[in-house]
Amino acid sequence: MKKIIKYVVLDILRNRILVSYTVLLLVVSMLLLCLTDNGTKALLSLLNIVLIVLPLVSIIFSTIYYYNAAAFIELLVCQPLRRTKILLSVYIGLASSLLIAFCVGVGLPLLIFDGSMTAVLLILVGMALTVIFSALAILGSVIMRDKARGIGVAILSWFYFSLLYDGLVLFLLFQFSDYPLEKPAVVMGALNPIDLGRIIVLLRLDSAAMMGYTGAVFASFFGSVGGMLTGFVLLLIWMGWPLCWALRRFNRKDL
Amino acid sequence: MIRFTNIYKRFGRLQALDNINLSFSASKSVALIGPNGSGKTTLIKSLLGMVVPDKGDIAFKDASILGSCDYRANIGYMPQISSYPENMTIAQVMEMMKDIRQYNQLDEDLVQAFKLPQLANKPMRTLSGGTRQKVSACLAFLFNPEVLVLDEPTAGLDPVASGILQDKILQETKNGKLVLITSHILSELDDLVDEVAYLQDGKVQFHKQVAALQAETGEQKLVRAMARVMENGGL
Repeated sequence: MKKIIKYVVLDILRNRILVSYTVLLLVVSMLLLCLTDNGTKALLSLLNIVLIVLPLVSIIFSTIYYYNAAAFIELLVCQPLRRTKILLSVYIGLASSLLIAFCVGVGLPLLIFDGSMTAVLLILVGMALTVIFSALAILGSVIMRDKARGIGVAILSWFYFSLLYDGLVLFLLFQFSDYPLEKPAVVMGALNPIDLGRIIVLLRLDSAAMMGYTGAVFASFFGSVGGMLTGFVLLLIWMGWPLCWALRRFNRKDL
Repeated sequence: MIRFTNIYKRFGRLQALDNINLSFSASKSVALIGPNGSGKTTLIKSLLGMVVPDKGDIAFKDASILGSCDYRANIGYMPQISSYPENMTIAQVMEMMKDIRQYNQLDEDLVQAFKLPQLANKPMRTLSGGTRQKVSACLAFLFNPEVLVLDEPTAGLDPVASGILQDKILQETKNGKLVLITSHILSELDDLVDEVAYLQDGKVQFHKQVAALQAETGEQKLVRAMARVMENGGL
């Protein structure tokens, strides 16, 4: 298993895209942290990058990588290796490369220039989102045989989670504004990892104005610390289920 | 050594394998023949665990292979359409396979015979179809497996390479290995195989010794014997 991970990571390093992604993140976060005089402002800008760019890059890169590695996976499947191990190694290789890119690009500058508790939270959320979206990518690509369709699904799901979902929630809240909506709103917040990430960081920053409805409900429902903890537990579940589903599906897949 | 019991596999509307029952024993060389789309490759892929059968069982040395993976250490597979990581060189692919698999001794006869070391630094994507086939053949034989599964082994190989491969197959059969070959070129199989299994529409039409087939049809050449069988609408 270690050997497969090694080959995956080497392969990713060789195509240099992830290296340039790291550099890009590094430049952006340095600029934000050094040029903005207000720390909170810089953190909020970085939060937006973490919530929008990170999931997009994770899901697209992972999906394309999986389809490109189809030959490699097919080669491994007829070797004496468990399928679960093969897919898991590909996933771990991918996710850890993306994680390293994020930690170097955003985590390092944040810790050096800011170093507050909020920065640490932001890094944790970013790591969780990276892992979640590459797991979603693996799930999508295992299910979809066709490459164009797989990449399409990846883009659509990013679109859904980062843009459409908020609109949907707002729409529902307006439509049912005559009813008590606290509990449904908490559930709706939990159903979107990006929302969860936003809520966790904003709970810490205490900028209620930016939290949106789900965030405010989270705060009143769980309290600040309880809300963050619940948020992280939910993120953990988000890391687990796509991967478990992908593994089950892959075990029965015809190659 | 290998036994297929009541194997069924359906791809959408197509019944690719329809109640397959076959068994093969060691130090035999068996030809799987049949028209295009008759299920030969699907059968081979299900033996390798790449295709999961809907029903039925496949046993390798009397142990079921379904859900297991260790038996594959005893199988060398040469696919019909080989897929390798395109940006790796031949040497890197070989090294990677050696790295991933456990092995006792390597069989590098074919590597030498095909003169692969001279091409070692070429990336896989630049290789011609024939050279890819050579790499596949080398990898199939490299780990000295007890069973060799060769899917259209000589398609795309030049006559010299094809001859080298045929000699190697004969030699390995003599060494007590089971060799499963699918091929469309029946004339090649004449001196190579001991048994013939004929598949059509996902069903086994017959599985016989070549000698028995020759006696029944009165033909010496496999091509003619098979033609006779097909004319008579099966045996």
